[in-house]
This record gives sequence, C-alpha cells and structure tokens, in this order.
Amino acid sequence: MTRASLPLKIAALGGLAFLHVPLVFILLYCFTTEERSYAFPPPGFTLKWFGVVWERADIWQAVGLSLKVACLATAVALVLGTLAAGALARARFFGREPVSLLFVLPIALPGIVTGIALRQAFGLMEIPFSFWTIVLGHATFCIVVVYNNAVARLRRLSPSLIEASMDLGADAFQTFRLVVLPNVGTALLAGGMLAFALSFDEVIVTTFTAGQQSTLPIWMLSELIRPRQRPVTNVVAVLVIAVTFLPILAAYYLTREGEAVAGSGK
Amino acid sequence: MSLAVDIPAPREGLSRRLSDLIVRRRGLLLLLLLVPPLLWLGIVYLGSLFVFLAQSIFSIDEFSGTIVYEPTLSTLVELFSPANFDILTRTVAIATVVTGLCALIGFPVAYYAARYAGPKAKAGFYLAVMMPLWSSYLVKVYGWKLLLAKEGAIGWFAQHLGLGGALEAWLALPVVGGPSLSVSYTGMVLTFTYLWLPFMILPVQAALERVPASLIEAAGDLGAGPGTVFRSVILPLAMPGVVAGAIFTFSLTLGDYIVPQIIGTSALVLGQAVYTLQGTAGNIPLAAAFSLVPILVMALFLTLAKKMGAFDAL
Repeated sequence: MTRASLPLKIAALGGLAFLHVPLVFILLYCFTTEERSYAFPPPGFTLKWFGVVWERADIWQAVGLSLKVACLATAVALVLGTLAAGALARARFFGREPVSLLFVLPIALPGIVTGIALRQAFGLMEIPFSFWTIVLGHATFCIVVVYNNAVARLRRLSPSLIEASMDLGADAFQTFRLVVLPNVGTALLAGGMLAFALSFDEVIVTTFTAGQQSTLPIWMLSELIRPRQRPVTNVVAVLVIAVTFLPILAAYYLTREGEAVAGSGK
Repeated sequence: MSLAVDIPAPREGLSRRLSDLIVRRRGLLLLLLLVPPLLWLGIVYLGSLFVFLAQSIFSIDEFSGTIVYEPTLSTLVELFSPANFDILTRTVAIATVVTGLCALIGFPVAYYAARYAGPKAKAGFYLAVMMPLWSSYLVKVYGWKLLLAKEGAIGWFAQHLGLGGALEAWLALPVVGGPSLSVSYTGMVLTFTYLWLPFMILPVQAALERVPASLIEAAGDLGAGPGTVFRSVILPLAMPGVVAGAIFTFSLTLGDYIVPQIIGTSALVLGQAVYTLQGTAGNIPLAAAFSLVPILVMALFLTLAKKMGAFDAL
C-alpha cells in the first residue's frame, strides 16, 4: 500500500483535532479564576471550583437522580431489547420489517417529537410527572441500543450450537442459560453500558417528561442558559465526561473481543 | 468447548413440558418474545406519537386559545405562511450546510483511517471518533460556547495570529455574520458540524473499508492516475456511506432546539418553533404540524437512500 500524501494526513489529523479541541478547553476552564466571563487566556488558575462543586447539594441531587434513572431505564431496556432481538434475529414472519423499524424509530425521530408525544400522552392519561415518567421516556430510546447489540451477536451465534445442546438433552431453558446467554453476555453488557451512557446524558426527552425534578443534564442546561458560577459548570462537565467515557470504553473492548466468539465459524 | 459435560440429565415436570411446547411451536415462542417490547413501543410509544401528530388536523381558537376538535386543513396550510415557511427554509438550509461541512471534514479522516492507518492507528482513530460521539451532548455545546464567546479563545487566537481583521470582516458579512461568533449562524453551524461529525465519519469509513484493494489496483493497471482512481472508483463506492452519514447529520440538525437556544441568532429554527408552540404559546396543533415536516423530509430522504443502497454502509 502506498503512503498517504501530506495534505491528506494534515486533513485527517486536523479533523481529529477539531473533534477534541473543545473538550480540552472545557478542562482548561475548570481552573480559571474568572467566573463571570469566558475570558481567554484565563487570568489565573485555582482549584477552588472542585471544592465548590463538592459542597453544592443541588448538583449531587441531580447526579443521584440521573444515576437512578439511568440504572432503571437500562434494566428495562435490557429486558425488552433482548426479547426483541431474540424474536427478530433469525425468524422470518409477516410484518417483520415494520416491527424492526418500530424498534429503531425512537432514536430515528427527532427527540423533541418523542418528548412532546410522551408528554401529551402522560397528560391525556393523567399521569403526573415524576421519576417514573423520566424512566419511561429514557427506556423508550434505550431499547434500540440494547437491541442493536444483541441482534448483531445473535446473528453470529451459530444455530448448530443450539441444536447440539438440544440433541444432548437440554431443554429450552437450559439451552438459553448454558449456551445462548454465555455467548451473548458481553454484547448485552456492552448494550447496557451504552444505554446507561445515553440515558445519563439525555436532555431533550427529559425536558418534556420531567416535572420539577432535574437530572444532571437538565441542571447543566439551566446553567448554560443562565450561568451563575461558570467554572462550576466546567467541573461538572468534566465529571460527566469521566462518568460516560468509562462505560463506553468498556463497551468497546467487550464488543471487540466478542468478534471471535465461539460458533461464529459455523 | 465441552458443552456436554455440564448439562444435567433431562428434567421432568412442568418446566420440561413448557420447554417442549416452546420448542415444538416456534410461533408461540416468537409471540412470547415479541409481546412485551411491542406493548411498550407499539402501544405506549406509537400511540402517543399518533395522538400528538394527529392533532395537526385540528386548529386553535384564536380568541380562547383552546383546541377546536374539528378536522381542518387550516393548521397545515398555516405552515406555508411567510413567517412559518421562513422557519422551515432556514432550518433546511442550516441542515444542508452542516451536512456538507460534515462530509468535507469527515471524509479525509475516514479515508485515512480506512486506507492508510495500520491496525494500531486504526483502533486509535476509532476511539478518537467514538469518544466525542458518546461524550455528553451538552458538554460539547458548552465547549463551543466557551470557544465562540466574544472574549473567548477563537477571538484571542485570531487576534494574536494577526487574523483579527479577517474575523471581523467575516462577522460583518450579511447572513453569516453578527455581533460575535456565539450569536451568529457561523457559530451555530460550527457547533452542529462538530456535534454530528462522528456520525458522518463512521459510515463513510465503513463504506471505504469495503472497497476492495484489487479494484484500485486494476484501475491503476488500466492506466488511471491517482486522481482518476479517486474520482471514478473510490468516490462512487464511498457515496452510500456519505448518504448514510447525511441521514444522521441532516435529521439531527432538523430536530435540534437546544443549540440554537444557546448559540445562534434570535431567528427561530424548526425545533425552537415546536418548543415554543407547545409550551408558552400552547398551540399544540401547529406544533404537531411543524413536527410532521422533519418526519416527512426524513422519510423522503430514507427512501432515496434506500434506493442508493446506503443502508448497507450502516
């Protein structure tokens, strides 16, 4: 293979730099002493904002709510997404295409449409906005992430493995527990982690399905529109990057090693 | 794998009979698997979606502000009033520019990663694209607010690199300019481009990786120069990837209302219009009518993309 030309190298590295520069600046502004503007370069450096964040009760409440919502939404999505993937991975039946479209729809449609539609439905059914309405909204679009991961792995799982297990006398439940689950386990874990990150980060649907409570992204949005202590927002932003980045990295390694899963070679 | 060793002797009883039933009647298993997710998405989600969008055929009483439940086309026609149509064209124009920029910036990254990067560099590229993709949406918007602010980093660098005049000249331009980058279309488009760029890179890279090396060699053997090979072999084969990426960048821009609220001019875009209509204005029928637009545009886009085979690149 020939080597890349210099302009291509510059363009490619430039593109990558473009993707990362804003994140670097967020980190930089965590330490600025200027709290009323985004003055560059920062007039001075301080660590005090980390202490301020530590003592702000409203931030920790929002973090707690976000974590609880993400855990529950992920759990619901794991169950429903796996069921859906199990049904659609290999079976051929009438209406299969529309059904698989339906599972992708919540993420394909603009979040604002999903959000308002759910808000209207809650209003119509007279369900008051609460923790549960947030979970309901999040689970709706988290299902697709789990579904995508599980369906890809199930398609690679050789059917002969399942047949062999049954031939050897295992019933359907034993086969599921001893053969299918170990093979799709990492894919489910990866799907669950991505769903968690997606939910932890969601703001648009949450705006419409949350009442007075604020999740961490909602808290951040209000800080973006009406900034108070700007560096505090930066510290929280870096925290959010850390919390979402770790599960994503883990999900990447889990699915990558899964490429060589048993039975894939038919 | 030693599967046989771990499996206990066949059990008798209820669970065995249940298992036999499932194994023998495949349709039943399928039904059992499908019912819970379908109840959730088919009834709860699709139902609420339908209830919301269907309201676009109702109208709002101008005086009382309540919804009149009589089928009418007046709300849909209202979309084409000059003010509303302005919002639609503005949004579609922004989405088009953003999509173009994403393709322009993303293509070299994808091209390098697909054709020149070794295994290690490829993993690095992949992670470098995935990390911004999955990091918090609001955090990324915030990053651009920092950069674009009048006193922010872009202004400072422009001044110290002797480009201050160029920046001011750009801001003085009629449409793309404004008092500062953070309240101009330039700022909004840059932010959108940044947000959705990974969605463009990944499918383009997938499409490029599927171009067989032998095809490129054959073109070279037949006398095509590098430029011709790129134009007549690589680019057409990469197009489905670009279209697949464009689906994301276009639809995500069409529906967004948070970026324009934080960065950009005071002129509304579609998402903001929907947001204010359902909220402070309380005009759900018109909000529903507006929401139909991105759905229809995307449906059209998807049908076109399907014809071009863009889904194989996802």
